Amino acid sequence: MRYIDEFRDPATAARLVDRIKRLARGRRLRLMEFCGGHTHAIGRYGLGRLLAPEVDLLSGPGCPVCVTSATDLDYAVALAAVPDLVLATFGDMMRVPGSAGRSLMHARSEGADVRLVYSPLDALALAQQLPDRPVVLLGVGFETTAPGVAATLLQAESQTVDNLLLLSLHKTTPPAMRAILCGGDTNLDGIIGPGHVSAVTGSDAWQFVPEEYGIGVAVSGFEPLDMLQAIASLIEMAVEQRPRVENCYGRGVDAHGNAAAQTLLKRCFAPSDAEWRGLGALEESGLALITDLQHRDVRALYPLDVDRAPEPPGCRCGDVLRGVLLPTACPLFGRRCTPRDPVGPCMVSAEGSCAAYYRYAEVQDA
Amino acid sequence: MISDERILMAHGEGGELTRDLIQSVFVAALDNDELRALGDAAIVPAPGDRLALTTDSFVVKPAVFPGGDIGKLAVCGTVNDLAVAGAVPRYLTTGFVLEEGLELALLREVVRSMAETARQAGVTVVAGDTKVVERGAADGLYINTAGLGHVPAGRSLGPERLCPGDLLLVNGTLGDHGMAVMMAREGLPFDTPIASDCAPLNDLVETMLVAGGAYVRCLRDATRGGLATVLNEWAGDRVGLALNETALPIAPAVAAACEFLGLDPLYVANEGKLVAAVAPDAAPAVLAAMRAHPLGGEAAVVGQVTASHPGLVTLRTPYGSERVLPMLAGGQLPRIC
Repeated sequence: MRYIDEFRDPATAARLVDRIKRLARGRRLRLMEFCGGHTHAIGRYGLGRLLAPEVDLLSGPGCPVCVTSATDLDYAVALAAVPDLVLATFGDMMRVPGSAGRSLMHARSEGADVRLVYSPLDALALAQQLPDRPVVLLGVGFETTAPGVAATLLQAESQTVDNLLLLSLHKTTPPAMRAILCGGDTNLDGIIGPGHVSAVTGSDAWQFVPEEYGIGVAVSGFEPLDMLQAIASLIEMAVEQRPRVENCYGRGVDAHGNAAAQTLLKRCFAPSDAEWRGLGALEESGLALITDLQHRDVRALYPLDVDRAPEPPGCRCGDVLRGVLLPTACPLFGRRCTPRDPVGPCMVSAEGSCAAYYRYAEVQDA
Repeated sequence: MISDERILMAHGEGGELTRDLIQSVFVAALDNDELRALGDAAIVPAPGDRLALTTDSFVVKPAVFPGGDIGKLAVCGTVNDLAVAGAVPRYLTTGFVLEEGLELALLREVVRSMAETARQAGVTVVAGDTKVVERGAADGLYINTAGLGHVPAGRSLGPERLCPGDLLLVNGTLGDHGMAVMMAREGLPFDTPIASDCAPLNDLVETMLVAGGAYVRCLRDATRGGLATVLNEWAGDRVGLALNETALPIAPAVAAACEFLGLDPLYVANEGKLVAAVAPDAAPAVLAAMRAHPLGGEAAVVGQVTASHPGLVTLRTPYGSERVLPMLAGGQLPRIC
């Protein structure tokens, strides 16, 4: 495959692994891959094993499905049960259990009209097909997904499709990064910065990490050579004690990001407080609809009474999302909690860390 | 003669329309003495001492896709299940569930394709049944086939015969069928078309068994869930299976489509691919025989049976690391067969 094989060359990978091991000079360094896509790439290519013992890779909160709080999920499930209402969601959200283990899939089996969409525009088309029914798009995602949702809302505005509503559970990533670094319980030597998020925000969005917390960020793509290059860069920064933001994903990311996407976000959303699974309520980490778009805010139109939901008993997704606990160290992992019968969200989502560790288990020496 | 261009409820009600449909569509295409008799049961000569019997239902959407259709699939699926059990397929039966409103032209095309594939595989469709359900109660048409074959004396294939050191062979590129159906269903505009590999494998299996005899330990067609799922069914208390990623034949268009859609070709269905475990001494001869067969040109040794991690299927990556290929909780793609 052109444009991909170049970034998967085994001989170059072996040279980079050697270089990383030499740079570490016998030290053992702890790096966090912020993004769930990176956790999956590490598993798929078996990079964790190749880099041991010099590099420990911890997964972060970079899976939007996983950080959606149980309370927000319970609201979505309750919303789906409203007669006549159509809930349009991306596939990943279907199986995520809220409190009491109930998911949108359960709601659908009981008669709720929950539709899978691949793009926010599918929800707009649905609203046009069903003009007499409220069609709610379940907006879950980071800076990567939210601009597409914003563009869809603006299109609905210009076409006066008034029955398209939004449940915005969108979140922005810098506040979560800050919460993890402030928490102080992960003790990191560097962060593999998210590739797709940074394509929108620009790599400069992470300047506060070296400046305020004294560790480096290397923004990375999702191929093995991208990741090894970023890891080598972080090890070098850590060993030399010269933290900075390094953009190792130049073919997708620049310092300032995607101005058009940023403008779309500003035209539709304003920062708001948001509840993160594992991190709690974080100030200005959510994206709420601006006043001019209040008529599309489903929470204002359907203020359903939903109790504050506790996390599922025994579930350690919160610790996994903060990089405090490896998925395999959770007592439920692979026993009570599997992709087939998930307890926590990290086992459900395609980007979830537990799902990645389950899917790409390393072979233990006999 | 049938004048209506679509299936009506009356086509399933046992009257004249039913009779016309059976004669003009099914008997006309699948023509043979047993079927023509239209008895309650087909009476056939016993093909041998040991019989193999199997059944499978087909609900693929869309019914016609590049490289095949539901009729061809319904024959191949059952023929291949018999073949990889070591049986020589002989007779099929088929049951059709038709949705009211189905275009008759489509049904004719499917049955014609079924007949052609049966001829190619050397099997006879000796009995059949048709039912019609109301519009919306089914999606176009569903087909069931059952197959009967005989197992020649002395032949025994099965995962209990796997020995550490046996080599794993496949007869060609992986994931073609699942991706062809996916692309057709979603209307994804890729420049390079992907065609299903749907094909009857019984002749290839005979060729392999002639070349390798009892050294061919076990065969499976890698259908639903793909190669990784089938191998997980082989892994047991005694043995594990180890695949080598660089050895796996995957067509560039399939690799690109999987990459694009976030799918793993090792879990994508095939309908004309089998995996064989062969004792190492016999593997070169079996591989050569496969490569000389029209359905095995890209055959390859992709891994081996191992005692070092019983119960697990593993993949050695091009980077030298080794990871587990687990059974997936659900399929990656629904309704592909």
